[in-house]
Order: sequence, then structure tokens, then C-alpha cells
Amino acid sequence: MTRANQKVRGAMGAIWTQFRKDRMAVIGLIVIAVLVIGAVGAPWLAPFNPNEQFFDGLTLEGSPLPPSERFWFGTDTLGRDQFSRVLYGAGTSLVIGILANGAAVLIGTLLGVTAGYIRGAAGAAIMRFTDLMMAFPALLLGIALASLLKPSLFIVALVIALVNWVQIARVVYAQTLALSEREFVEAARAIGAGPWRILLRHLVPHLIPTVLVYGTLGIATTVLYEATLSFLGVGVQPPTPSWGKMIFESQSYYLTAPWLVFIPGAAILIVALAFNLVGDGLRDALDPTQRGRR
Amino acid sequence: MLIYLAKRLGASVVILLGVTVVTFCLTFLMPADPVAMIAGRNSTAETRELIRKQLGLDRPLIVQYTSYVTRLAQGDFGRSYARKTDVGDLIWSRLPATLLLMLGAIVAELLIGIPAGIYAATRRGKVSDKTMMTLSFVGVSAPQFVVGLSLLYVFAYMLGWLPLGGYGTFAHLILPALTLGIAGGGWYSRMMRSSMVDVLRQDYVRTARAKGVPEWRVVMKHALRNAILPIIAMIGLDIGIFMSGVVVVESVFGWPGIGQLMWQAIQAVDIPIIMGVTTVAAAFIIAGNLLADLTTPLVDPRIRLR
Repeated sequence: MTRANQKVRGAMGAIWTQFRKDRMAVIGLIVIAVLVIGAVGAPWLAPFNPNEQFFDGLTLEGSPLPPSERFWFGTDTLGRDQFSRVLYGAGTSLVIGILANGAAVLIGTLLGVTAGYIRGAAGAAIMRFTDLMMAFPALLLGIALASLLKPSLFIVALVIALVNWVQIARVVYAQTLALSEREFVEAARAIGAGPWRILLRHLVPHLIPTVLVYGTLGIATTVLYEATLSFLGVGVQPPTPSWGKMIFESQSYYLTAPWLVFIPGAAILIVALAFNLVGDGLRDALDPTQRGRR
Repeated sequence: MLIYLAKRLGASVVILLGVTVVTFCLTFLMPADPVAMIAGRNSTAETRELIRKQLGLDRPLIVQYTSYVTRLAQGDFGRSYARKTDVGDLIWSRLPATLLLMLGAIVAELLIGIPAGIYAATRRGKVSDKTMMTLSFVGVSAPQFVVGLSLLYVFAYMLGWLPLGGYGTFAHLILPALTLGIAGGGWYSRMMRSSMVDVLRQDYVRTARAKGVPEWRVVMKHALRNAILPIIAMIGLDIGIFMSGVVVVESVFGWPGIGQLMWQAIQAVDIPIIMGVTTVAAAFIIAGNLLADLTTPLVDPRIRLR
């Protein structure tokens, strides 16, 4: 094993030791693990086909059934098993959360680093563009984009990425700017390191904690954003199961069949909460000086 | 100060112009043809051509954009395609409801966030602090439409204390304002806590304690004044978050503001309304950001403007 490798393992170990102390963050991590297993294993774990409409899935008057031994989370307005649908919906939520947020983080980091390190006219142009994006109400822009692009899973992820990269770009920009003024960068330049070497070997490693923390917290935001778009009817389209969409479809029944709204709603809350807790735990573990702030 | 103000105002105008360019471009990506919508299904090709001319849609894009911005500057937002009324009038008539809702939400988030933050800061490291901070994340992580429907279910349907949506009295405002403000309350409680923890470490607080000032007085009088400053400075930034939130909250509660107007317009592909609301919302957000920048040094003179 090389020395560099040992150093990295030592750092990872220290981070894990810190992270483990935050009980809520560990619970969040466990919840995420359970969700991933549930989402990946949905075809085997789900008791029913999520799109199958049961003849006995509705009352004689045609109303959805409350939770029972056969239908754990009750049935929806079309007599489909809600537990199976919630299980399949986890995949949609996680895929969009990770895909859209990954793209947003990638765009934001690239633009932020470019603006902060290269500066000049290109940097100024990028930052003015982020200022412009900040002036748009994120959801209105997302609704407008989603409603004109005919949303599929991939399009919804793209729309969210296009709207959500701004925050991380600003954070990465500020940090790159501050880092490139530091002495170790000047020292690297003094011993003759080229701009690419300084960027990749000296600046980017310092940005990794920030990107990791914002990347994790961003998944929570993204999951909520997808749910909101779907709730407004401009998110992923059927038959793809989506928690927000399930609530959209049954919101007019929420007084008579509250399980149709509150079970998927709780699912959205739990996923977003889990990623927020893990992100918060990561922040503390990666930067002990910032503990308890925000 | 004046130079700074002028510079920031100038930058705001440029950003607002940028916003109009983006909204203008977006509307051309809309899948539905506004001419077909106005003319109806059974219209002839001649009628459609006439409407196209009346709307000015036959002219080059740059001419259309220039005339759009010129009219905007005069406060003319054009006419709604679907409602056949003046968009400016529509927006102005609905703006007070939205502003009232936002004001209610600001009150709600401060009423949640500040006491919760003080509570957690004074019990730093204890179980009650950890619980409070986890609860704050619950507030941040809850989708607004679920919060709204839950509040309606409990307080309007089960308990019957408050009306099931609608607009008019103070009772109508409580649940929508709470729904819009709950996430902000979560963030503010975290910010208030860290700000309070910082202030409680300062020398003057130690001096006050050494003098024998009771702890509640140290916290509520000596520390609170300084700890609350960063939060006051953030309020302007909430407008941006609220402008997104009102679309959801107004549609859940049937609140007749611009969020509901926007939502109905998107379903009807009513382009002038979409452009108008987005522009007005952006203007408010820019003003809010400016306000946040200007209040920061006002509440804390140690920060100097450049």
C-alpha cells in the first residue's frame, strides 16, 4: 500500500469516527440504505403489481379501501395496492434525487470553479448569469420548463438540474476565490506548478468536502422539488409511480381517504429528512470548526 | 452609501432586463399556439392570420421583444389570451392577497424560529437541543402541500377550529401562512441557535453573568439583541423562496393570489399572464435581495458596504 493511500484511509477513518457520533445522521444513513434496498428490490418485495386494479380493491360504492391486512397502506381511487405503489415510488424519488442533483452539482461545481479560478470576463459572465438565475422563482421556472418539455423521468431530472445548480455554483465560487488567495497556492505557483496542477492538486481537494455536503443536502431539496412538480401535475407522467403524483391524483379525497395523501406524504418527508440529517452529519464530520452552525 | 445604492440599483435593473429576455424566450418554447387558442377550434385560416397580426406575432423577434419591454416599462403587461382581460390589472388585483400571505409567513417563521433557536442554544448539547434541531430538519424536509393538507385535516376537518381554505378573515390566513412559513421557521431556528451560541461565548456576556445578572436576562436582553441581527438581515431573501411556495400553498388553500393565477395560467397556456407573473415575481425577488443587502449594515454597523 502506498503512503498516499494510507493517508486517505486515515482521513476517511477520522471522518467516519466523527460521523458515527451523530446518532441522527447514522439513523438517516440507515433509512437511506433501507430505501435503496426497498427501491431496488421492489419487484420482489412488493406484494402486488403496482398497476394492477383489483376488483376487491374498492368498496361497493367505489371508494378506496383503508389500510388492512391484505392492503397494508390501503388502496387508491383505482383500486390499486398503495403499499406496492409507494415501494415502486421510492425508486423514482431516489433516481431523480441522485440523477438531477448529481447533474446540478456537476454544473454548479464546474461553473463555480471556472468563475472563481479563471475569473476575467468568462468568470464575470458566469457570475452575472447566476445572479440572473437567482432572480427567478425556482419553482415557477421549473413549472414553465417542465410543462413545455413534456416530462419523462429524464426530463424532470434535467429541469431540476437546470434550476438547482445556482446555489452550489455560488458556494463553490466563493470558496475557490478564497482558496486561490491562500499562501499554499502562491507557494505552489512559486515552485513552478502550472495552472492545471494547482487547480487539480491544490484547489479541488479542498472543495471536495463542500461539494459532498451540498451534494447530500441537495438530494433532499431535489426530492422535495420533484414531489412538488408531480403534485402540481407537471412531474413524471403515469405509469411511472411517483409519491407527489399519487398525492396529486387523490388530493380531493384527502378528507375521506386520508391514507392516500398522508402515507406518500410521510414517505417524501422521511427521504428528505434522511438526506438532510446525513448531510448535516457530514458537514460536522468534515469540518469540525463549523459544528452546530448554519 | 449613496454610490453603493446607485450601483446596486443599476445592477438590479440590468438583472430585471435579463429576466425579461429569459421569460420572452421561454414563451416561444411553449408547445401550444396562442393564436389557435384565441381563435378557437372552428376558425378559418384568415381569422388566425388576422389574430396573428393583431398580436404582432408576425414581426421579427427583436421587434417583438423591444415593444414588449417598452410596454412593460409603461406598466402594460398585455392582455390575457384566455381571460381577455388586462394582465396588469389581474396581477395588481391579486398581488395584495399574496403579499398578505407572505407577511403572515414571515411572522410565522419568526415566531417558530426565534424561540426554538433560543431554546436550543441555551440547552446546548443536551437532548432537548438535539431534539429541537432534528425537529427543525423535519420542518425543512416536509413538502409544503403535505403540510398544508395535514393542517387542514387536523385543524379544519377534525377539530373544526379554522376554515377549510378560502380568503377573507384572519382565521383564513393562519393555516396558509403557517404552511408557507414552516420551512423558514426550521432554517431560522438553526440560524438563531448558532448565532445565539456565538454571542453567548462573548466577553460582554461573561461580564454580565459575573455582575450577577440573572441568566434569563442575560439571554433575553444582553444576548438576544445581537444574536437576532443576522436573522433580520435574512428576511429579504425569503421573498424568493416564498414566490415559489405561493404556487403550492395558494392552490392547496384556494388563496386568490398570484400563485394561483400563475398555476391557472400555466394550465391554460396563457402566455401573457405567465410572463407577467414571472416578471413581477422576479422584480419582488430582486427588491428583496437588495433589501437584505441594505439591512445587513443597518442592523450591524460593523459591516461596511462596498
